[in-house]
Formats: sequence, C-alpha cells, structure tokens
Amino acid sequence: MSMTNWLRSAPAGALICGLMTAPADAITVQQVQSPGGLQAYLVEDHTTPVVAISFGFFGGSALDPAEKLGLSGLVSSTLDEGAGDLDSFAFQSELEDRAITIRFNVDPDMARGQLTTTSANVARGIELTRLTLTQPRFDDEPVERIRRQILVSLANRSERPGYIASRKLFEVLFGNHPYARPSEGVPETIAGIERADLVDWVKSRFARDRLIIGAAGDITPEDLGRAVDFIFSDLPETTGLDPQLPEADIPVKGQTVHVLKDLPQTIVYMGQKGIKREHPDWYIATVVDYVLGGGGFASRLMEEVREKRGLAYSVSSNLAPYDAGAIITAAVGTRAEQAGESLAIIRDEWKKMHDSGPTADEVAGAKQYLTGAWPLRFTSTGSIADILLAVQRDDLGLDYLDNRNSLVEAVTVEDAKRVARELYDPNALTVVIVGPENADASSPTP
Amino acid sequence: MPRTLVSLMMIAFIVIAAPHVAYAVVYGAEIFTLENGMQVVVVPNHRSPVVSHMVWYRVGSADEPPGKSGIAHFLEHLMFKGTPRFPEGAMTDIVARNGGQQNAFTSTDYTGYFQNIAVDRLPLVMDMEADRMRNLVVSENDVVTEREVIIEERRSRVENVPSSLLGERVSAALWGTNHYGIPVLGHMEEIRALSRDDAFSFYRDYYAPHNAILVVAGDITTEDLKPLAEKYYGAIPASESWDGEHKLRNRSAYLQPVAHVQVTMNHERVAQPQWSRQYTAPSYKMGNRDDVYALDIFSEITGGGSTSKLYRELVVDQQVAVSFSTGYQSDAVSYGTFYVSMIPSTGVTPEEAETAFETALAALLDDGITAEDVERAKRRFMARLAYATDSPLSAARSLGSSLAVGLSLDDVESYPDKFTKVTVDQVRQAARRLFAENSSATGILLPAARSAAEGLAP
Repeated sequence: MSMTNWLRSAPAGALICGLMTAPADAITVQQVQSPGGLQAYLVEDHTTPVVAISFGFFGGSALDPAEKLGLSGLVSSTLDEGAGDLDSFAFQSELEDRAITIRFNVDPDMARGQLTTTSANVARGIELTRLTLTQPRFDDEPVERIRRQILVSLANRSERPGYIASRKLFEVLFGNHPYARPSEGVPETIAGIERADLVDWVKSRFARDRLIIGAAGDITPEDLGRAVDFIFSDLPETTGLDPQLPEADIPVKGQTVHVLKDLPQTIVYMGQKGIKREHPDWYIATVVDYVLGGGGFASRLMEEVREKRGLAYSVSSNLAPYDAGAIITAAVGTRAEQAGESLAIIRDEWKKMHDSGPTADEVAGAKQYLTGAWPLRFTSTGSIADILLAVQRDDLGLDYLDNRNSLVEAVTVEDAKRVARELYDPNALTVVIVGPENADASSPTP
Repeated sequence: MPRTLVSLMMIAFIVIAAPHVAYAVVYGAEIFTLENGMQVVVVPNHRSPVVSHMVWYRVGSADEPPGKSGIAHFLEHLMFKGTPRFPEGAMTDIVARNGGQQNAFTSTDYTGYFQNIAVDRLPLVMDMEADRMRNLVVSENDVVTEREVIIEERRSRVENVPSSLLGERVSAALWGTNHYGIPVLGHMEEIRALSRDDAFSFYRDYYAPHNAILVVAGDITTEDLKPLAEKYYGAIPASESWDGEHKLRNRSAYLQPVAHVQVTMNHERVAQPQWSRQYTAPSYKMGNRDDVYALDIFSEITGGGSTSKLYRELVVDQQVAVSFSTGYQSDAVSYGTFYVSMIPSTGVTPEEAETAFETALAALLDDGITAEDVERAKRRFMARLAYATDSPLSAARSLGSSLAVGLSLDDVESYPDKFTKVTVDQVRQAARRLFAENSSATGILLPAARSAAEGLAP
C-alpha cells in the first residue's frame, strides 16, 4: 500500500454497524467495521485537532519464558527505535518533528500500544505505527542502549522499599504462577535476551485474532476504518499462541513476612484473594473497596490511619483483577515504631468490613462519587481511546459508557454487606513489612 | 524507556483560528479582574461536561519567614480542616459525594487548590473554596495530628529516597542565601516546631483575593463564569493592605558571587551512581530576561530527548552515559534554573562522565549549534501546539503556574510568536552567557563507601 494514499487506498468506506446515541451531553460510541473486517470503537470528537488510536493484543508479560523475564519490556521499549527504512535516529526524529507519539506497554495480561497525533499528521502517524508492528529493526545500537537503561533502572528499583514490598507480596500471593515473577526481568535474564527473541516475540504476539482497537478524536469512522486496515492488515490472522494462563492458586491463609531494611520509614504492603472483572459482583466490590481504602480521603483507612492519628501520609486499598487471578491490595508507609499500630488498625478495619460491611450512608456516598466522577475520565483524547480499549478487553459492550452508572446505582446496602463478608478475610491477609527490626508489626488484631 | 519530556514548561500549545489574533496562541484563554483584586481566567473546552476549578495563591515556600520552613505546605494541608460553614472536613465529603476530585500542591512560588468536577456542581465548590480563603478554622488537635502527617510525607518523599536527600543539599549549595535553597516540605527540625500561630500568621498575610488567581478550564464560558465568580469570590472584602495594584513579590535579586560547588553523597541504598548539575539561570522575571526563549530552544537542542545533540554524543556515540537530559525552568518569581542530569554507564565514573559532558558542551557552544537546529526546534514546538488544550485539566495547571509566578496572560499566549522569532545567534549567545555567568552545583550520588576493613579497591 502506498505510504501517502492510505485514505484512498481502500475500496470502500467503513460501515458503522452499531451506533449508540445517548442524551445530549453524553458521549457517543460508534462501532466501526473496517473494509478489511476489523472492528474498532470510536468516540468521534472534533474539539481539538488530535487523534488517538489505542490497540491491544491479548497475552502479556506473564507469557514471557522464565529464562527471558523482561522480554516484553525490552520489546515495548525498542519497537519505536527504528522500523522499515528508518533507523532509530531517523524514526525518533520524525516522531518529534511531527509531534507524534507511539508508545507501547505490556502488562501481565496484555500488550498495548497507542498512537497519538495531531490531525495534520494522522497519515504519517498510522504509517509509522504500521512499521513498528510489521517491520521493527531491532538494530544493535538502540537495543543495547535500552538494555543498559533497563539494567540501571532495575538496579535502582531493587533498592526502593515500595518495589521490594510489592515484589515480595506478589511472590507470596502467586507462588508458582507466572504472576509471581518480576515481569520487568532481573539482570541475568535481561542480559540473556537476544535479537532473535525480540523478533520472535513480535511474530508470535501480534495477530489479528487477539487484537482490539479503541480510537478517539478528530477522525471520521470512514477514515478510521481505512486507518486500522492500513496499520494491521499485514499482521497474521493468528499465530496459534494461546494467551490463556493457568488459574492462580492464591493462599486462603495469610502470612507475615518481614524484610529487614534500615529505613527512616517502614513500608507495609498487604494482599489477599480478590474479585475478577467479569464477576457479577464487580460493581458491588468497587463500592466496598471505595469505602474501605479506595476512596482517598473519603475512605475508612484514610480516616483512621491518617486523619485521626497522623500515622501516615498515604494509605489505600485497591482491587487488582488480573485475568488469571484477582487480588486486593493495601499499602501504608509509616514510621517504624508505629508500623505495628498502623497495621493493627488496617487489620481491624478489614475485620470490621468483613463482619458488618459498609453502612447505608457509606454506600450512598460511594455511589455518588463513583457515578459523579465518571465524566472526569473523558477529558483527553488519549484517555478516551484507552477507555474504549478497556471496554472491549472486558467485553462490556457498546452501550457500556451509558450503562456503567446504572450498574453502580443498582448496588444495594445488602449487596455491599454480603460481598464485604464474602470478599474481605482478615485471616487471608498476607502482610509484607519492609523496614527496620523494631517495626513490631506482627502483633495480632486487638 | 520513558523518554525525557523536552522542557518543563512548554509541553504543548494550540493554534486558535480566531480572526482578531494574528499569531498562534497557546490556550485561547480570557481574563478579568474582580473589584477586590482577584484575577479570573477562563479556558473553555466543551468536550466533556466537566471543569477544573483552581485557586492559586501567589505564595510558596520561598516566601516563608526564616526558621519556619515548611509552613506554606503545612498550611496547604490545614486548609482541608474546615470553616464554620463547612466544619471538620465537610468539604472533603461534599466534594466526593458530588463526584469531584480535589487536592492541592505547594511549590517554591505558589500554592494551588483544585477540584475537578461536573460543571453543574461548579457553584458548590466555588462557594467552599471562597469560604476557606478567609474563614479557616483549625483546632490545636488538628495541628498536632496534621504535623505528624507532613512529617510522614517528608519521610516518604525525602528521607526514604537518597536522590531527594542529595537534591536538597544540591539546591542549598546552588542557591545559598536565595530562598529557593529551602526545601518546599521544610527541614525536619523546623517542621516539628511549626505551630498553629505560624500557620495562621502565614494565612492572614497571604490568603486574600488580590493575592489569588482563579482558573476555570472546561465546559464553561466567560459569560457564564463571571456572575458566579462575582457572587462567590467577589463577595470577599478586599484586603486592607491592598493598594489596587498587582505588584511583583518582594524577592531579593541578590545572588551570591558566582561559584561552582560539588556535593557528593554516599548512600547505602544507592545501586547506581547518578550525576546531575544545576545552574542558576534567567527567568521571565530576573536575570537576562531576553534570553529565556533562546534558552528554551538551546535546552531542546542539547538534551531534549533521544535525538538531541548531547544525548547522541554521550549516550549513543561515546556511551559514557545510559541517559542524558537537560531541562530549563524559566517560570519563576526569582531566578530560573537550568538542569543537566546523566546516569554514567557501568564502569564509567561520574568524574569521567562529567569530563565528557563538559568537553561536548564546550564544542557545542563553540560552533555546534546550526541555524537548522534552531529551525527544527521551533518546528517541533509548533507541531506540539495542538495538544495544549486537549486536556482542560492539564491546561488549567500549566497556565495557572505561569500566571502565579507573575507572567501575564499575554506573556503566555504570545509564547509561540516570541520563540519563533529567536535567531541562531541569540541561541548561541544566550547559551554562552548561561554557562559563563552563572553559579552551578553538581550532585554526585554514589553507593555506600566501603570501609577500610572491608577492603577498598586500590
């Protein structure tokens, strides 16, 4: 296909097969069927002359072989370091000259990319994106340079208390599962990755049968249809790779691990089995998590640990629903001699949540925030494209942007109490303490 | 690897196709002033029915009285405690229950408070934000508890992070008696002694309409905002100390004699040596003010990303460093700062990397900057313009920080016009002046020094 004629190269415009029209101020999502048979979600928006196309391939860093940990990260950092006839310098120069960004990032379950460009450079942006996916060069110079950068970053991370704590927590919670491994790699595995590994990764991971696309901004459905055909048409339909991971076996009985480290502030990470995104109780769990520790200053943990007692600057909980094993985590940073007190309070709040659940007023407050703040997620072109990607990843449907708030609204106090009891288990809580010895945090719940 | 952002302040701009504007402007913002002196700025963006509502006070850590470091930041925390109308953290609850997100931040030159919220709830947050400008209530117990919180904040951001510990020493060495040498969070011992009286004295001095700027970005027009601003903020009486003019802050233009210092820190939690250097530099308000546009271009050419000249030289060709970047902060009430940072390659000492940098810099200053380099930097800035208003939330923050240090809206909006006029000679001369006339402080962060007993390499 010609480099400059992508807009005219397809025989016909895109079909819009689904169109969700909503109230006047709501956002309209279009389902675009490209002439070549690809599907994409689009929020067409001509407010600013910016276009973002996000794409994802199921299967992430958890599929990297144990002896090549960090492979996905090295690939995602080098895909834009030269492709086709353009070496690293030429490729990067063109991106900067045209203010185009093409970024890749691989999480444990999915490899993602995003093209962001001004309207004036859409044509060249999609050409460069196509090149990164189909003809990455992986020349020695950029690969070795990025490898050195990753090694330095790993060395620095290895001394960071939060990193040490989260690594240890994942090791304990996920045991032999790939999620337990450091997806960013370790110096030995990073050193052992060869160019052939990068090439094979691209060949095996980029396939149209695992592809999802979300786009937003100053582009019509017809142009988007032709653009995605241009970017992805040369990828194989399938590579036979099965992105499915074995289910993780998360321990039902928690343990406490103390990593001794001479630090001015002790860091505590906690976790237990959580709830998957596709679970029918997901929205209920979101409300309960908001009340416990996900809701910032509105949460119980923040109130008890910070506002009432001044024990910490930050304390929070979070639902982390990985595809093959969901967890709930919490974290706090607190001075060593008070780590035990902070931890006891968090354990106690965990138990209270299990025993009694949130109050009617707390559930109402959580629902008011979660529904009211929903439009705040749609404030940049890139964030809208990313949300459309997530909607497809989780198979939420074309009308999700309109339905989402009613799903939250439907949560009742009874639901919240039931899910709090089923989900939050103080005995299942694994605790990792990184700090000096006098961080007496193993004291039992009062 | 994440790429270094090109410059601290000029990430993006936009071209507005307004007939009365002859050149590209950045935001297309509008400004008016209330009778009590409060300035109001509107940045319309109608993509989503939300707004970012921000109040900026022209006061930061560099305005703190001697011995009271950290008071600007401490007051920022105490501002969430309440007023008679919204007592005991009610504001937090009300904002959350209306689907809003709020927070605040303190810098050397400003303190800002913001809520991102649905536009139909804007009057609610304006009411509460206006109320706490003058009616703050803080109990002694609040002070004691919140002081513990900011001590933990300092531990988590500074004490636990060796590069931050070194950074404080480098700033102190660079700035000497200039207040930019004082850490924003404050010195630990001074934080411990901060009192309720300290906070209220600071509050009474600086939290007043004429010292505040309201920025509202998002689904709003000047026409709609004006009556709301007059109702909520206009109702606050003008401060008695205000004489009707927005004067520059009283900051000394004095800098100690030019000197070049080095601070070396060995720390047991450092795995990889790091090298950084800061120079005092012109800002929009002090020093060679005409040089700021040229220095933005110089920084872009020198260390703005992986295609920049010294990145290519030091990281790609010589491989003495695994990363290299420069940055230039020209938005400042006092002087600006020029930053250089580098992570030496394994097996290369910081001193060797430093020598390579200085040699490469000298060559660049001598005859290494071409007219094409300058034109390319300009083209790149112009290409990024379209992103400036893509997110109203970031537009409000970026614009507000410029106005809060004393730039006019016209200074900000006419930026593209000014920098596209910079010539290659101006870039060369501004760069040579920068390194010839300014102090510098170099920070070297090293792993723990091994004791003689453990055996030191010969």
